[in-house]
Amino acid sequence: MLKRLIVLLVLCCTPALAVEEQVVLGLSQDRVAITATFDGSEILIFGAVKRETPIPEGPPLEVIVAVAGPSGPVTVRRKERKLGIWVNTDSVLVDLAPSFYAVATSGPLDDILTDTEDLRYRVSIERAIRSVGAAMHIRGAQEFADAVIRIRESESLYSIRENTVAVDEQTLFRTSIAMPADLTEGNYSARIFLTRGGEVVSQYETVIDVRKVGLERLLYSMSREQPVWYGLMSLVIAIAAGWGASTAFRLLREN
Amino acid sequence: MQIYLPIAEVSVNAFLLLGLGGMVGVLSGMFGVGGGFLMTPLLFFIGIPPAVAVATEANQIVASSFSGVLAHLRRKTVDLRMGTVLLVGGLTGAGLGVVVFNYLKSLGQVDLLVTLCYVIFLGVVGSLMFIESLRALRKSRKGIAAPSKRRQRGWVHSMPFKMRFRTSGLYISVIPPILVGLCVGVLSAIMGVGGGFIMVPAMIYLLGMPTKVVVGTSLFQIIFVTGFTTMLHATTNYTVDIVLAVLLLIGGVVGAQIGTVIGARMPAEQLRVLLAALVLVVCGKLALDLLIEPSELYSLGTAGGH
Repeated sequence: MLKRLIVLLVLCCTPALAVEEQVVLGLSQDRVAITATFDGSEILIFGAVKRETPIPEGPPLEVIVAVAGPSGPVTVRRKERKLGIWVNTDSVLVDLAPSFYAVATSGPLDDILTDTEDLRYRVSIERAIRSVGAAMHIRGAQEFADAVIRIRESESLYSIRENTVAVDEQTLFRTSIAMPADLTEGNYSARIFLTRGGEVVSQYETVIDVRKVGLERLLYSMSREQPVWYGLMSLVIAIAAGWGASTAFRLLREN
Repeated sequence: MQIYLPIAEVSVNAFLLLGLGGMVGVLSGMFGVGGGFLMTPLLFFIGIPPAVAVATEANQIVASSFSGVLAHLRRKTVDLRMGTVLLVGGLTGAGLGVVVFNYLKSLGQVDLLVTLCYVIFLGVVGSLMFIESLRALRKSRKGIAAPSKRRQRGWVHSMPFKMRFRTSGLYISVIPPILVGLCVGVLSAIMGVGGGFIMVPAMIYLLGMPTKVVVGTSLFQIIFVTGFTTMLHATTNYTVDIVLAVLLLIGGVVGAQIGTVIGARMPAEQLRVLLAALVLVVCGKLALDLLIEPSELYSLGTAGGH
């Protein structure tokens, strides 16, 4: 009986023992508040590798940090020349694309992560976007997915920055992720991968909460939940501001 | 100073918005136009989503026209009866316009529709104004006063449902004013403009209204139609950004005061040539965007609402 219990315990513990290296993570902030004067934010991500055994031989430890915003479907439209002017014609629905995606690595991504592992964990930007439902009648559906990446990269919503994670003694690592001013709200996931020779040896995931706060929160919720009152309020505020400003200006000039 | 707009969800420089408001305000004060036709394209250029730009501009026009209407009411230069008839058409038009706007938005063609409307209307109005004002300028140089045209009794006067408009001194059918109101309402919803630049010529040349009541009456109609448009956009598209509207407004009001002073010092004919040239420049810029191959052929839109 006792022997069986011990065997069971050992069996239970084995998977835990298989993970030799684990991430202990710290974030400079686990929430981003979008205030009226929000001008982007920089999040410092740092941590250490916890291990019970000595540092394994072989290829060194590499670290990949991926921060992703909430995902949603995106309609991509392509312009074509019709009757001499450029108009939107074909469109493709990309099923899931994160509104923000930033990858920071400790080395060239191709060297420190194999294709198979990339496919499994969806780390690179190309893999983070899913477009299985692309209409078959449109040629080059891949071009539409590429366009999402290209446009969002130009708006600095998507970025891959290689060699920006500093790793010390294969144990301590740190990096910073810049969040642009044009953020959408939601739960952002921060994933950290430890790799050796292109294989993921450990991963860790945490959530960064991005929320509008204060006035921004109030106006946004009101416009969605009480649209009639919001509309009326907008009119009253605008009329009061316009009339007030012109009256003030007139009084100023008369005196 | 960057400011994050809660509805547009973009971060822009507050001074840029104040400056834009001020610049358009100066022009609108100089020429006596609303300036919506300039402001909305400018908002597109600085990266405000078109749907937000159109809806917010409607809100701003209500506010910037408000003090104007008060001034005209005090001077009794508003034909309330004609204004009400125009308004009936205008509200119907605005409703239609928002329906069309939302339908094309779902098709992904709303940008095209807005740009095309701008190109066509600015092109036509700009050219007509340019030719007309050049002719007036030449006449004033020769020193001959333009002969006052006798009011024509055209098709406008042969229609049924006649009504007496005492302030304007007219006895005409209500159908033409309702149609004018309707067109302006549709434009207001689609283009985010007050529509004064269409309505004022239509009232003078088509309806034969006396010039002194035209501006007040059109402003009267505009505040109600754009107010209605604002409400429709706020409740169906959630695209009215009050922070954006207030910033533009403050700049606009101050600019308008400066513009009025400049405008009063310039001869009327030259002012009109300048305005016509300005309208044509905006039109040309938008037309080029349609004709020249864009550097990015693809565009992104959210699928199925927010």
